[in-house]
Amino acid sequence: MIEFLIMLIKTTVVFGIVLTHVAYTTYAERKIIGRAQARMGPMEVGPHGLLQPIADFIKIFFKEDIIPVKAEKLLFQIAPLIVLVFTMINLTVIPFDKNFILADINVGLLFILASASISVYGIILAGWASNSKYSFLGGLRSASQVLSYEIALGLSLAGVVLMAGSLNLRDIVIAQHNTALGVYAIPQIIGFVVFVISAFAETNRAPFDLPEAETELVAGYLTEYSAFRYALFFLAEYVAMYIMAFLCALCFLGGWTIPKFVTDILPFLEKVPGIIWFAIKVYAFIFLYIWVRATLPRYRFDQLLNIGWKVLIPAGILNIIIIAIFKRFTS
Amino acid sequence: MIYLIFAYFCLSTLGISIMALTRKNPVHAVLWLLLLFLHVAVIYLFLNAEFLAMVQVIVYAGAILVMFLFTLFLLGARELPKKKRYTSMIEGRLLIGLSITATILAVFSSIKAKYTGKYTIKYIQEVGNTKAIGVMLFNEYSLAVLILGVILLIPMIAVSVLAWRRRDDTS
Repeated sequence: MIEFLIMLIKTTVVFGIVLTHVAYTTYAERKIIGRAQARMGPMEVGPHGLLQPIADFIKIFFKEDIIPVKAEKLLFQIAPLIVLVFTMINLTVIPFDKNFILADINVGLLFILASASISVYGIILAGWASNSKYSFLGGLRSASQVLSYEIALGLSLAGVVLMAGSLNLRDIVIAQHNTALGVYAIPQIIGFVVFVISAFAETNRAPFDLPEAETELVAGYLTEYSAFRYALFFLAEYVAMYIMAFLCALCFLGGWTIPKFVTDILPFLEKVPGIIWFAIKVYAFIFLYIWVRATLPRYRFDQLLNIGWKVLIPAGILNIIIIAIFKRFTS
Repeated sequence: MIYLIFAYFCLSTLGISIMALTRKNPVHAVLWLLLLFLHVAVIYLFLNAEFLAMVQVIVYAGAILVMFLFTLFLLGARELPKKKRYTSMIEGRLLIGLSITATILAVFSSIKAKYTGKYTIKYIQEVGNTKAIGVMLFNEYSLAVLILGVILLIPMIAVSVLAWRRRDDTS
């Protein structure tokens, strides 16, 4: 019983912290993009607009929830929940620190890939259940985008699994810490680049944010959604960004550890708690997301699929072959 | 408690398959099938086969079923044709019923009280489920894996050839 309570408290803490981060990521995004475009960003609510996310959430959750008459009602209602649940569930297998992980399972990495493949259904169903041309075509587009980039994502992570010899995220970080460089991002530079690009596409973010391309398909699968069901999709997108940032930090940047050669030179850094290193890496990746959104133009849909199938997947396979040969001749 | 959960998943697997078979709307049928695959994955977890459970979800639910959905959408089938869906042929019913009974009997007769082989639960817990499967697959069954790889490669080549020919025609 006590164990159950501790688990419950841990889960609440993790979900609470991540959701607060999500709320303030929207604020950070508007501020950073504002700076990039020589504007101020939100300034009205609270000092420097710091209470803006709270105001936004209050507003969007009290709006009217409109369900189209011809929509498939039940599926229309559960589609955002499928996306959100199967994104949030990934938080349970992420090790935030050496001993802070909700569920230490042996197939953690596969679990994340599996739940990503289920959350695609939310997108397809949202498009289909809305019973509207724009939603339907947008849903199919987004689904095929997510599906094709999932392959590239899996291939780039396969290199990490091959090098670490484990599917457990904690073992991957420990194996990484034991190498000379301390991070996999340098020996697996091809895999790292493939991972970063497919992480952007996988979460439907700029420069691959086709649902945002109003001139083509209005708002893609989100067209018919309003109020808090729209907010749920929005929330799921930001949680997915964080999941990708966590994965990047864990699989390529050394998770909660810092390379050994750094602690050899500056031994006092070992006293810093691991969660802080982890947070710095995650924030850097989230900043990259926002930076790219402020900088790069959007790709066309056929260009997007061409990049996925003709560049990233062959590059991912090449990465695996290089790692396999490397592994064969070093161990 | 754990037996109750196991019983729930086994029974609901049956119930969900019946639901999937009897749906009129093909998209709903596919969704019930998705639920079925998730339940089957949980049953694999009960059998200590965590790798298989994840692969079940990734491959069947994540790839094959999505392909079903795309095919359905491409065909534009919103409702199945209003024909009689079930046959009343007595020979067919008898044949299927008898074969299912025979399968169940064969399964029951081969249940052993204790497993006596190389891959005991203790061994699997020691090396890990994923590693045990990998070692076995790429050593004992390496030829089968190679043959499967070739079988999967041929349709890939065929599809690329077909796609290329189409492109030449239009240009």
